[in-house]
Amino acid sequence: MIRLPHLLALIALPVLLAAAASAGQDRALWPEVPKAIGTPHPEGNEYWRRHHPDLLRHDRDLTLRMGDRTVRASLRQCLVCHAVTGPDARPVAAGDPGGFCAVCHEYAAVSIDCFTCHKATPDARGLRVIEKARAMGNTPETATMIADYLEALQKGTAFAPQPEATE
Amino acid sequence: MKQPTPRPDAVPPSRRDFLRAGAAVATITLAPGVTLTAFGGSAEAEADANHRWGLLVDAGKCDPDCSACVSACSQENGWHDTGHPETDAQWIRKVDLTEIATGRELSLPVMCQHCESPPCVDVCPTGASFRRADGIVLVDKHICIGCRYCMMACPFKARSFIHETVPDADKRSFAPRGRGTVESCTLCVHRVDAGRVPACVEACAATGHNAILFGDLNDPESEISKALAQYPSMALRDDLGLDPGVRYAGL
Repeated sequence: MIRLPHLLALIALPVLLAAAASAGQDRALWPEVPKAIGTPHPEGNEYWRRHHPDLLRHDRDLTLRMGDRTVRASLRQCLVCHAVTGPDARPVAAGDPGGFCAVCHEYAAVSIDCFTCHKATPDARGLRVIEKARAMGNTPETATMIADYLEALQKGTAFAPQPEATE
Repeated sequence: MKQPTPRPDAVPPSRRDFLRAGAAVATITLAPGVTLTAFGGSAEAEADANHRWGLLVDAGKCDPDCSACVSACSQENGWHDTGHPETDAQWIRKVDLTEIATGRELSLPVMCQHCESPPCVDVCPTGASFRRADGIVLVDKHICIGCRYCMMACPFKARSFIHETVPDADKRSFAPRGRGTVESCTLCVHRVDAGRVPACVEACAATGHNAILFGDLNDPESEISKALAQYPSMALRDDLGLDPGVRYAGL
């Protein structure tokens, strides 16, 4: 049985949708992907949007099973450039609402399992790099600094010593 | 596994050093009929069958009142007590022994023994429990279903199951751990791959006890191989013939 409030809601829904669409078409129809810091992917954003699941899945096996720490798609590295700063000035966990991954994944209704185990925010040193990069703005020096940090992550030099517990 | 589509040729080689000059081609078998082919990869840091990483614990040098190795492991990998001693994670624990006949007391750390023939790998129904080419036994949490057969199979009680959600602040970016999967000592694989020693070994050396030695069992020139050749040592539960990578002296 359809009760009056339900009926009203059904009538109001198309009106609201139309209003939202006219207010800002891009906002209403597509997720607003947060801007990243650092050098853009040379393959282009479209390539990464389409292929990131395959890249991550393939490279995780290389790292875990063969010990290859120089893989291209490493979650740790993604989180540095793609950190989204929350209202408390700290990075939002990538899988939480507002986080880089969640923006599209919520839109597409695809759940993310990565962050059940993986850390969803950059480590302490990554945080310092992000803070510095934001202060420096989009300059070649910023890009170099981020690239150096990513390289350190690959080589494992960023592992030592562990300041993370005091984050 | 589906191979990712090759990237556009415009990728500069510097990006991830993927198109390294003289890149090696490696193929590993994930399951019968399913192979994973990799191009490139660094020569020295990878899991490599020429190495077999191991530990030598000298019970004579281990101080019964010291647990620096345990706290270092906990700090490094982000596991700690949650107030449930029966089910809490124990990647490494201190075990105190008393010889009944003589009253001689001993204390030694016990962690995953990184067996050459690991029972945890034999029983795993999904292939999540595996042994790397360099002898490090790990859990692939991507495919672990949390059945805990490996925990029952392990004669050293080295594995634990994560019962509670791990808060993001406790996680380490290089040591993923999450609820519903089994975990154990990884021999600090992230450090080993970077050419460093495990956290427990570093912490033990920092206290001055030097009771744990880390090294390559396959290299006759390594410190650990020389020590093993010179002094008597044994494996825990030697009767099982598992050939652990962790050896004990002074038991």
